[in-house]
This record gives sequence, C-alpha cells and structure tokens, in this order.
Amino acid sequence: MLIFIIRRLVSGVTVLVALCCVTFFLLYYSGSNIAQNILGEFATSDQIAAKEHELGLDQPLIVRMLNWFGGALHGDLGTSWFTNEPVTQSLLSRLPVTLALIVTATIGIAILASGFGIAAAVKRGGVDRLLQTGAVVGQAIPEFVFAIILVTVFAIGLGWFPATSSIAPGAGGAAWIASLALPVIALVINGLTSTAQQIRSAVIGELERDYVRTLRSRGTPEPVILFKHVMRSAAPAGLTVLSLHFIGMLGGVVIIEQIFALPGMGALAVQSTTLGDTPLVMGVVVYTVVIVIIVNLLVDLANGWLNPKVRVS
Amino acid sequence: MSQETAFEVEAPAPDQVSRTHVVKRVLRNPLGLTALIILAVLLVVAVCAQWIAPFDANHADIAKTLAGPDATNILGTDSAGRDTFSRLVLATQTTLLAALLCAAVAIALGLPSGLIAGYYSGWFDSVAGWIVNMFMAVPGIILLLTIRAAFGPSVWISMIAFGILISPGYFRLTRTAVQSVRNELYVDAARVSGLSDARIISRHIFAVVRAPIIIQTAIVCGIAISIQSGLEFLGLGDPAVATWGVMVSEGFTNVYLAPMLLVWPVAAIGITIGALVLLGNAIRDALEDREKVPRSKAVPTIALASTNRVVIPADSDEEHLLAVENLAVGYPQRGGAIKRVVNDVSFTVDRGEVLGIVGESGSGKSQTAFSILGLLPAEARILGGSIEFDGQYTVAPGETTVSQSRLAKLRGKRISYIPQEPMSNLDPAYRIGSQLVAPMVRTLGISKAEARRRALQLLRDVGITDPERTFRAYPHEVSGGMAQRVLIAGAISCEPDLIIADEPTTALDVTVQADVLDLLRDLQKRLGVGVILVTHNFGVVADLCDRVIVMQQGRIVEGGELREVLHYTEEPYTKRLLGSMLVGKEPMTMLTVPEGGEGS
Repeated sequence: MLIFIIRRLVSGVTVLVALCCVTFFLLYYSGSNIAQNILGEFATSDQIAAKEHELGLDQPLIVRMLNWFGGALHGDLGTSWFTNEPVTQSLLSRLPVTLALIVTATIGIAILASGFGIAAAVKRGGVDRLLQTGAVVGQAIPEFVFAIILVTVFAIGLGWFPATSSIAPGAGGAAWIASLALPVIALVINGLTSTAQQIRSAVIGELERDYVRTLRSRGTPEPVILFKHVMRSAAPAGLTVLSLHFIGMLGGVVIIEQIFALPGMGALAVQSTTLGDTPLVMGVVVYTVVIVIIVNLLVDLANGWLNPKVRVS
Repeated sequence: MSQETAFEVEAPAPDQVSRTHVVKRVLRNPLGLTALIILAVLLVVAVCAQWIAPFDANHADIAKTLAGPDATNILGTDSAGRDTFSRLVLATQTTLLAALLCAAVAIALGLPSGLIAGYYSGWFDSVAGWIVNMFMAVPGIILLLTIRAAFGPSVWISMIAFGILISPGYFRLTRTAVQSVRNELYVDAARVSGLSDARIISRHIFAVVRAPIIIQTAIVCGIAISIQSGLEFLGLGDPAVATWGVMVSEGFTNVYLAPMLLVWPVAAIGITIGALVLLGNAIRDALEDREKVPRSKAVPTIALASTNRVVIPADSDEEHLLAVENLAVGYPQRGGAIKRVVNDVSFTVDRGEVLGIVGESGSGKSQTAFSILGLLPAEARILGGSIEFDGQYTVAPGETTVSQSRLAKLRGKRISYIPQEPMSNLDPAYRIGSQLVAPMVRTLGISKAEARRRALQLLRDVGITDPERTFRAYPHEVSGGMAQRVLIAGAISCEPDLIIADEPTTALDVTVQADVLDLLRDLQKRLGVGVILVTHNFGVVADLCDRVIVMQQGRIVEGGELREVLHYTEEPYTKRLLGSMLVGKEPMTMLTVPEGGEGS
C-alpha cells in the first residue's frame, strides 16, 4: 500500500513539473510587453528596460524557468508583477472561498446523487425516467447558464439572495452561507444528474452480479444486500465520478466566481492570465494541480479500502 | 474452448444490414428524430447564414441601441445597435464550426493513437497513457486561459487547444474498445488467415469503435460549445466575432435593460447541446437494443404443441418435501407476446432423495430451479401451475409471481442454493469468514462467536485443510475449487431440508469435479437432505442421483428412476444425451453447447 502511495505521488509530481514547464513555455510567448503594461503607456524605453531587468525578463527562457523552479522548491512562488503581493499569500487568501464552494457542492452532489441513483436503480419506473430526463437537461445547459438563470431569477428577480456577494474576511457565517448558496446550487445542479446516472448504472450492474443472487438464496434481507454489499462494490465508481466532478469544478468555478463576484481562485486565474502576470498564473497552476493530485490520491486510497483486490496489488 | 468451437464463432463483421438497422431505430425514436431535425435545421442555418442574416454581424446603428423587435430588427438590437437576429444566425455558423473544429482535432489525435496503443500496446501505450493522465489532471479551462494569454482571444485557437485537451476521451474510448476485441477469436482468425494489421484494424476493429466515436463526438461538440461560450462569457472571447457566448456576455451586461438579449443566445446554446445529447442517447439506445435481440435467441419460442405429457411416477396422496405441478414460466416480449421457457413441468422431491434435472442450455432446467428458489429475474412471470414446499404453497395455483414474502421465510433456512460459478458468487469485498457467519447469526439466531466456531467446523467438513486461513481470506485469494467448497459450506450452514445445486461442478477442473461430487454425496447422505441437481452432464447424474428428469425446450421429455432411464430409455433426446457421454472420449465435456447461454 505504501509503495502504491509513493508511486502515485511520484507520478503526480512528474505531471506537476511537466505542466509547469508547458505553462511557463506558453507564458513566455505571451509576455512580450509586460513591462510596458506594468508601467503604463508613458513609460520611457529606459524605464521599461530597467523593469524588464528587475523582473528577469531579459534572461533566456531556460534561466527564468530554472530560477522559478529553484524558488518553488523552497516554497517561494515569487511575487505578483502587478500587485507586488507574494503569490502564496494571495492564493492562500483566495483558496478558502473556492474550496468552500467546491467541497460543499461535492458533498451536495454526493448525497443527492446517491439518493436518486440508488432509488432509480432499485425502483426503476418513475424515478428512473425523471433521472433520465434530468440528465439530458443537466448535460444540455452549461453550468454558467444555470448560474445566470439563478442570478436572474432568485437574486435579481426575487431578491432572495445577494446577486453579487463580497465575502469580507471578517464576515459572519450567515453572510458566507448567503453568498455561497446560489453558486453551490448552480454547481450541484450541473453535476447532480450525471453522477446520479453513473451511480444508477453501477448499482444496477452490481445487482445483476451472481453473488447478489447467492446472497438472496441465503435469505439475506434486501436492505442488507443493497447497503452492505451492493453499495460497497458500487462506491468506487461513484467516488471516481465525484472526483472527476471535483476536478471539473476547479475549472468551473472560474466562471461561477465571475458571475457571483466571489473573490476565489478562479477570479484570480482570469485576472492573472488576462494581465500576463506569470508568477501568479504559475501559482494558480501549481495550486490547482496539487489539489487534483491530493483528490486523486484520496480517491485511490478510499477505493483501495473498499476493494480488497486493489489493496493487495 | 476447443478448436472446433473456435471456428463456430461468427465474426460480428460490419454488415450493412445492422448499420441501417441502427439508423432506423434512431429515426423511430421520437427524441432521436427531434434531435436530428433540430441539428439539421441548425446546420442549414449555419451553412446559409450569410444569406439568411439581413445585416452584417458588426453592422451597428448607433441611433438604435437596445431596441425592441420591429419590422427591420425582428429580434431587436443590442447595446451597440447591432441586429440581434443577424448576430444570432451568424453566430450559429461560428459556434458550430468552432465545435466541429474542436471535435475534429480531438478525433485526429485520439483515434489513431488509441488504435495504436490498444492494438500494439508496448511503449507507445505507456507513453500515451502518461500524457493522457497529465491532460486529465488539470482543469481544461485554466490551461485555456493560459493559451488565450499566449495566443490572443481567437476562438479558433482556443478550440484547437481544447480539442487537444479533450482528445484523451477519444484515446481511452478507442483503446478500451480495441483491447477488448484484439484477442477475440475472429480477430485471431483474421490474423491467422493472413490479413495485414492495417486490414484488420480497418475492417474489424474500426467497426467496433465507430458507434462509440459518433456518440462521443455528439457529447464533445456539446462540451466544446459550452466551454467556448463560457470563455466568451468571461469576456475572453474575440469581440469582433459574433458567437453565442459573446452574445450571452453582452446580454448579461444589459440584463436589467433588455433581458431578451440574454434569452436568445442561452436558448440557442441549450437547444443545440440538448439536441446533441439526445442524439447521443438515441444512438446508444439503438445500439443496446440491437445487442439485446440475439441474446434471447436461446430461449425456446412459443409453446410447442403439447404431445406427450410425461407423468412422473409418484404417489399423489403422499406428503412430499417439494411438489412442483404443471409449472409454466415465461417472459413478456416487446409487443405483448410471451416467451415460454418452462412449460407444464411436474415433479416431486423427498427428504434424503437426489433428483437430477438434465438438459441442454436453454432447456429450462435452471429456470425451473430458480422458480423454486424465487430467484427468477423481475420480468419473469409464472404462467401456470404451483410449487409447494413442505405442504405450503410458494406459488399457489393462479399466482403470476413467486411469493417473495413466503419464500423469505424459507430461503437460506430450509431451501438453499449452490451456484455454478464459484468465483463470481462470493462478494469480493468481504472476507470468506464474514460471508459464512452473517447468514448463520441472522438465521439461526446464534452469537457471532458460536457462528464463527460453526463456520470453521463447516469449512473442515467440506474438506478444507486450513480452515482458519480460508476463513480470513478474501474470495480472490482462494482457488475455484476452494471457493465452491466455501459455497457448499454456506449452503449447508443453516441446516436446510432442500439444496438446489445448479451445475455445481461445471466451472471446475475435471480433477476437482470428482472431489466436489464426492463431497456432495457424503453431505447428502449424512444430513439426509433433499437435493435437486441441475446439470447438462449425465455423468454427474449417474454418479449422484436417485431419480432423474430430462428436459428439452422447457418441457419434461422423460423421467423416472435413474436405473430405468439409463438402461431402458426409448426417448431419442435422452439417448442423444447419453450417447454423447458414452461415445465421447471425455465423459465430462460431452455436449458441444458453448457455456454462457445457460440460464435462459
């Protein structure tokens, strides 16, 4: 098991390094007149040259990349070119908002999708048809469109929620909940039906397995079969879908945070890429990929615990 | 599988008939047809956009901003005074073209690499797999933001980039499909007959991945439209090019002043992606339908004319442990017909007696067994007859389903079951011990410790030398023969009166078969239980049974004392079953019926 974890971590770090290189490479080509942008259009060419030297823009790509990696190894992701704020600091101030959003949405999806998925698998009929229809609607409408509809109807139209929330660091719990409610609902609606469908087919697949019939022949009550045996074998499929949604939402919040004016990492991503703020963009990429690696590792561990066969190999 | 049967397997070659079949099914599905019509209309609009749109996309009438619908601007104008209808039409062209570009890039990358990785495996597979994992590890939109920063706000560049990012979907799909057929017999046969790899890939393997690719493309186009609109909504699109996303962004800015500006592009996005999703679903359903039909082929078709009803010699007044009378089981088909799989079957079993039910696959023998256990699939219907266990009806005359409430009291306690395939009949997630202990604690009401003691004794009884180790093991850690012993231990654990064994030795090695049969005989003698042994193998019957019934196409063709049937049968079908055993070189594998069709 330990070897398994180490292997996953090594592969995760390799992916991280590779992605950092690719991103750095891409940003190198975008950052042609960064100094000009920072100093404004009336800066003299001497000032620009001085700024470029200060930021290390006059150095070749490989040197800049190595410098960045050297800093990153010591936990120093540099400072933003535009705000001069340390990258780690601005990311850490944004991370709670984004994580609160995604984690809450994931929990919501997990609970509701399991309920609907299991009900559809066991009862079929009406619940099943509802889910099938819901899945088409859920897939057909992008989450930002859901978010727009929610904002338009519940915040602007009915005024139940703040349309654009600003989460101040000192704001109370109620303000947090009120600001996160609509964006979380938008994310949940988007992921709910497809997850429920996956859980449904995983449960149906397990219910058709031979051992379920044998359990029935031993007089095992249906609830025990469903919750002790079937759910345990179907859970890895559900967890995998959830982890994919979690990763998808890391991207999805970029738009959601914009719509609800939430000061999260997604908003930072848009802002930094638009400006070409290389240290900040690199920071966003590093944090995102690290979160993805952690989530995948957790799912692998959970699946190993659920499935003894994986544990052995 | 023997050499002969290998050539009996027909290659599911891509024949024209089945392809048109799928198209027909999609067209007959109302949702599929609607989706196709919507997509066709969109396509026409996209192709003829330049002629349909009355204005240029960026033609602005500054004097007439955010205007409502009138004769000139039938859907009004936006904040720059541009005609909404024209923009919507022209945006259809750009948006769809961008989505197709994305799908084309993804297919161009994913399909060939998936084919190569799946067909040849090796280093290419490892490298490609690693790259795919890297792509899947990062949310696409973050990379798209970076790419936009590098290359500017072009919708084409971002869609090419997204095509690359989404190509792992095609790669995985193709690779899995190819791997699943690469070692199929017909591909082997093609290879043996000297077809080049290129021919095999284009003829056989491409046929397998074609349908999933079409479905995937419908989904990918939907995702591309969604991502593209999302980026543009953020204001990261090219404002000079009219797309739905740019229009949503513009509409959202003016949502208080002119909400309809938001409604049109949002509706266009929703309808388009919805049509793509529906089309994908319709194709998937059509394919699944096609696969379902031949599966029920093994089921004997509608009732054969009742000729000779065989009456089993039994004293009708006597109490039997189990009495099955005139049992008929069927499955409703599409269109109202009912396929009978068991017809007019009657027999009895007493305590201490072993009854063999013999027949080929599809003879209805397993269906009969599952009717007694009440474990028929949910769609099955009892069409007539009754089943009585120890004087109590589990299927009373006139009932159409097996009473689950009555059987719940019997199953596992008085009637138990030994399945055919040992490995798949244990829950892989739990240790063998807990799977033996749980039913005993529940059924016998004994403590866990007592159940554990009994379970270990049972494992010893079924001939397992190290019961402690097996008790602690997971199912995948023991052999097939061992697993079957565990299942037999489970079947006798709650001291049943009747054991139903469904081909208990078929899945085992020949040497283990004899051991398991010995075990069954010993246990039956010692416990004095009634046993129904379902098998296709007359050798097993001759070994164990007191009486035997022979089934063919859902009916009993012959029945009686084992000795009489073996020596004096006049029934040609029985003779054939017997003949195949005596003449063949290997008594244990006498019928050439391939396994797997069983249970219908």
